[in-house]
Amino acid sequence: MTANLTHLQRLEAESIHIMRGVAANFSKPVMLYSIGKDSSVLLHLAMKAFYPAKPPFPFLHVDTTWKFREMIEFRDRMAAELGFDLLVHINEEGVRDGINPFDHGSNVHTHIMKTVALRQALDKYGFDAAFGGARRDEEKSRAKERVFSFRTASHTWDPKNQRPEMWKIYNTRVAQGESIRVFPLSNWTELDIWQYILQEGIPIVPLYFAKKRPVVNRGGMTIMVDDDRMKLLPGETVEERMVRFRTLGCYPLTGAIDSCAATLEDIVSEMLTARTSERQGRLIDRDEAGSMEKKKREGYF
Amino acid sequence: MLSSNAAAAVADAETETADIRAYLSSQERKTLLRFLTCGSVDDGKSTLIGRLLYDTKLIFEDQLAALEQDSKKHGTNGGEIDFALLVDGLEAERQQGITIDVAYRFFATPKRKFIVADTPGHEQYTRNMATGASTADLAVVLVDARQGVLQQTRRHSIIASLLGIRYIVVAVNKIDLVDFDEQVFAKITADYDAFAKDLGFSSIVAIPMSARHGDNVTRISERTPWYAGPSLIEHLETVDVAGESVAQPFRFPVQYVNRPNLDFRGFAGTIASGSVAVGDEVVVAKSGRRTRVKRIVTYDGDLPSAFEGQAITVVLEDEVEVSRGEILVAPEARPDVADQFTANIVWFDEHPLLPGRMYILRTETDEVSATVSQLKHRVNINNFAHEAAKCLELNAVGVCNLSLQSPIAFDPFGKNRSTGSFILIDRVTNATVGAGMILHPLRRAANIHWQALDVTKESRATLKHQKPAVLWFTGLSGSGKSTVANLLEKKLHAAGRHTYILDGDNVRHGLNRDLGFTEEDRVENIRRVAEVARLMADAGLIVLVSFISPFRAERRMARDLMGEGEFIEVFVDTPFEECAKRDPKGLYARALKGELKNFTGIDSPYEAPENPDLHLHTVGRAPEDMADELETWLRERGYC
Repeated sequence: MTANLTHLQRLEAESIHIMRGVAANFSKPVMLYSIGKDSSVLLHLAMKAFYPAKPPFPFLHVDTTWKFREMIEFRDRMAAELGFDLLVHINEEGVRDGINPFDHGSNVHTHIMKTVALRQALDKYGFDAAFGGARRDEEKSRAKERVFSFRTASHTWDPKNQRPEMWKIYNTRVAQGESIRVFPLSNWTELDIWQYILQEGIPIVPLYFAKKRPVVNRGGMTIMVDDDRMKLLPGETVEERMVRFRTLGCYPLTGAIDSCAATLEDIVSEMLTARTSERQGRLIDRDEAGSMEKKKREGYF
Repeated sequence: MLSSNAAAAVADAETETADIRAYLSSQERKTLLRFLTCGSVDDGKSTLIGRLLYDTKLIFEDQLAALEQDSKKHGTNGGEIDFALLVDGLEAERQQGITIDVAYRFFATPKRKFIVADTPGHEQYTRNMATGASTADLAVVLVDARQGVLQQTRRHSIIASLLGIRYIVVAVNKIDLVDFDEQVFAKITADYDAFAKDLGFSSIVAIPMSARHGDNVTRISERTPWYAGPSLIEHLETVDVAGESVAQPFRFPVQYVNRPNLDFRGFAGTIASGSVAVGDEVVVAKSGRRTRVKRIVTYDGDLPSAFEGQAITVVLEDEVEVSRGEILVAPEARPDVADQFTANIVWFDEHPLLPGRMYILRTETDEVSATVSQLKHRVNINNFAHEAAKCLELNAVGVCNLSLQSPIAFDPFGKNRSTGSFILIDRVTNATVGAGMILHPLRRAANIHWQALDVTKESRATLKHQKPAVLWFTGLSGSGKSTVANLLEKKLHAAGRHTYILDGDNVRHGLNRDLGFTEEDRVENIRRVAEVARLMADAGLIVLVSFISPFRAERRMARDLMGEGEFIEVFVDTPFEECAKRDPKGLYARALKGELKNFTGIDSPYEAPENPDLHLHTVGRAPEDMADELETWLRERGYC
């Protein structure tokens, strides 16, 4: 009978099932909200899962203070429109020490402003489960991760010793201080995400659509000059180009692609002919071999 | 006015938009096949998946560049592209050249979408293979043409069969390394068929292939002219795994009660089987209450009916009590409701399954404490023989009777994978230690009723002017448990209290004379003593239990048997060296010489209590002094 459901309906039902299981089993869940397309889908699914109630957990944005300005505007608008409970956490020590991606490099910046900040927020509120939007098709170490992924009290992941995960029966038991990262979009692909956004009319940050934007070429990537904290290096010039973003993160670390795709249909058709993966635009994955697995073991999402 | 060029461009764009929509809707109607690759180490599972992804053009340029670089660094093909590195994503896997955990990969052909689970071949990681198999409908079992059917081939096939997989592909891989010899293929096929005939598979399709070179993976190879069957991908695209599925009765396990305000009370869940419509009569499985479906609520509007796989919220006509763990079912076809049943169990943990030890049993939505009351037999992986066993070791498969603290609603696993499955969780570590597939309920559960008695525990205790309690003394042999317990009982007795001491050595002379010192027997030893202590507390006594009781899980089980505040854990904490020095019975000397096996603290572990109610550090203290402390503690809390 399952054959009667379309592919997206099956994925949607699976994600909703996972979210309800978390709400029923954990005393203090939270949904990580990173403002990107996957987070937008996650948010939409959460609205569906608990309808007519609002999602019974808050949404947490870990703000590195280097996000695109349009992302922050979008975040605040969505929170106001949908009326969900938004928490924003910034690593104030990092801000005080002036940590930034230009002087400290992507590694140090991401570790302090994102991974450490996330651990601070989880400890501060005492969350025992945290939803993330990671998908298994994104990257090799993510392809190995469980839907319910156990973290020790110090937020570390032990990839060599994951709990077996049988059927749709999830082991949600944790001791004091331990927690579970939950990935309801595990079985979605990038194409599924876009198709679902198209089908459901889910709002997304305008940066995903092509537009003339001020960019510079740096280290083989096209970086958008989003504010005056970005100083030009000798020989660099700002040019206005038609670009868009396949993923969104800190603006100095996120590469734009040349594109004319101004509608969702354009984006999907561009994707269907794409010859590179979406994470190619992420500087942090390429820093060192196995870098994503290493970050995840340290508590990165 | 648009220029003609601009108008054409708009028209093009509109056509393109329409094309994309049409393309996407055709994608939507594709069926999905979930399968896994399994088999022994080095049979080429990861390589096969890498080959499938590569040949179906699902590898992006940046990934291919990374793969070429990785192949030079870690590859096992002498610099040639090593497809296994596409899926072996963990650093440890790449360094060791093995698969440790299951990887999920996604690909599609014009005919179908696929989710493939690449599972590890090492016996050590069988639990990760089972994880991948539990959500799959088909298994591709790889066999190295040079090796033939191995123990792991058999183990994985048995587990696939137990987990409900009915469709098998035997991929006879590395056929190039046996010169594409038809006889080798025929022999392996015959061996596999002979072995698997009792595993209940609906179809077994054998394909000769070379994952490394691509023969018969996505295209038929000219190098196996004697093979007339389909390529792997052709078979995967066309195999019908829905098969003979008959309409199943309605099952709706309730996951979450949604109650945003006083006017709305909905039961959220995913339909496990069958369908339901507004107005249908449904029964709450455990309580037996009947009611009707008033509304089927979704975010996209109410539905007139819903079917298997849909995540919905049901509103009922009547205010019946329904909580998480209940199942709403069709009145004419109800599930079993019982607290005892028989099940197949696959064991995942380094610590063996022990009959009598209490575990947490969890179904899709329910959770209850459970013990294995009887281990009926272990299955021999090589010949399916039923072997007598006292415990199930890591990766073993067996048939067990389970006894639960309260009933659950379920179907046999053969009828329904969702409502017939469960996992077992260790109560101390919270690890997932086993997976179970229910065979049938045990009727004897239904025939033993609790006899209600008029004289209660409270009335018995009141007559004695005391509060019943179980003081559980745990500690190493020779730590002083019996000495302190004996002194305390003398004091309580002198004060007119009704007491009894259950002493480890003494009980082993009678009630537990049939038990030895293996881990299984120690668990049963404690279970019996805990039950006796419970009866004595029920009689209103203050019970002093003096047992080494080395395992946390059993002390936890004893605590759970007693009423609130009745169980008092006393940790008699004497360091090992001190006990060995005192050695009142000469046991340490013998154990250290190797004359006594399974001696706690030497070759059998002692798990110290983490939060005992009373912690006695005995070194430098007189036993009298400690007995006084205990008596004061009891008096202050009103036990005596």
